[in-house]
Amino acid sequence: MNLSRRQILILLPAAAVAWKSVLAGTPESAPNYRMSDHWWGMLIDIPKCIGCGNCVRACQAENDVPDGFFRTWVERYHVTDEHMTNPEVISPDGGKEGFPVAKEDAGKYFFVPKLCNHCADSPCTQVCPVGATFVTPDGVVLADPKYCLGCAYCVQACPYGCRYIHPEKKVVDKCTLCYHRITKGLTTACAENCPTGARQLVDLKNPNDPIHAFLKTHSVQILKPQMATGAKVYYNELDGAVR
Amino acid sequence: MNPFKDVEHLFRFAGLFVVAFVVFWAIRSHVVPPTFGQYGHYRAAAIGEIAARPVHYAGHDACETCHTDVLDVKKAGKHAQVNCEACHGPQSQHADDPGTVTPAKLDTATLCVRCHAASAARPKAFPQVDAVDHANGVPCETCHQPHSPAVDAGGTK
Repeated sequence: MNLSRRQILILLPAAAVAWKSVLAGTPESAPNYRMSDHWWGMLIDIPKCIGCGNCVRACQAENDVPDGFFRTWVERYHVTDEHMTNPEVISPDGGKEGFPVAKEDAGKYFFVPKLCNHCADSPCTQVCPVGATFVTPDGVVLADPKYCLGCAYCVQACPYGCRYIHPEKKVVDKCTLCYHRITKGLTTACAENCPTGARQLVDLKNPNDPIHAFLKTHSVQILKPQMATGAKVYYNELDGAVR
Repeated sequence: MNPFKDVEHLFRFAGLFVVAFVVFWAIRSHVVPPTFGQYGHYRAAAIGEIAARPVHYAGHDACETCHTDVLDVKKAGKHAQVNCEACHGPQSQHADDPGTVTPAKLDTATLCVRCHAASAARPKAFPQVDAVDHANGVPCETCHQPHSPAVDAGGTK
């Protein structure tokens, strides 16, 4: 084959581009799942939460979360008239074994389950120096344990305290929104095991998802909206005392 | 004066740059993972690896394909919306191999009070009891069938 210099100069970059896509391969292992069809989030219905800790236990069992660390946890707020802006917040062992009995008392109590907010503009992914944590095309914030250095910049950057350094692996670990489940058509372990339906996985790109009607008809809030993180965990009837 | 006189040293210098670039390119393509940058500044293959992690909770749809009798009882009662594994624990191994993996028997003494122990912190409308006052040591399932807990539905065994 005789190629002129001009032809070679045209062919070489084209071959380089083609070779790059050959090397890239196919990252999606789940069949019948297209990332571009989904935009995941979660709905937390505060008035439904009874503080049983089922979600915390389920998350630990599903994701092998080490003891003393949490991908999700439940906080109990006690807001009294005198201390509206300084509520008492407890979360004994993340609420995994429930909460101490509260006697009838002045003020109000409520439970706030917390987890990664899967922010669309997440501060944690922006500070990673190596590209080990990222927002997937379907809106889930994931951490790549093979690429993470364990520098913990992201642990400090998360405004919601949702990340930790795994005590054995020495790399960051966090809620994956049960990515291994939702890509197979299951719901998250916490939502599956919530006895009152206080936690619901939502897909904002699915026009039939009840979340759209819910957001229209309820008083829904996200955590720390002033930080403009694009959080996608929606709290129904969230009290102003929650920071 | 010819401006292109003695240009060979410039070619040699340019050659050095070309060699350095080729070495840099070779090292870079060796150390940067193939899928890095496919969707963004990260390794796209990590998405598939995380999606391939094992499932422990089979999901209520898996339970309901076989346990239709329990489903019928549950649907009629107050626990209709409580998924199976919320009480029975992670059962994907049982779902994969129902013959050999048998779920453990549950202890209602610890299980029921997780949700139903009286506490002022719980929503007022949620049914709650002080276990000592309410039952005085009698097991919950004497009066309440866990799958359909109203008393007139009858206890189990």
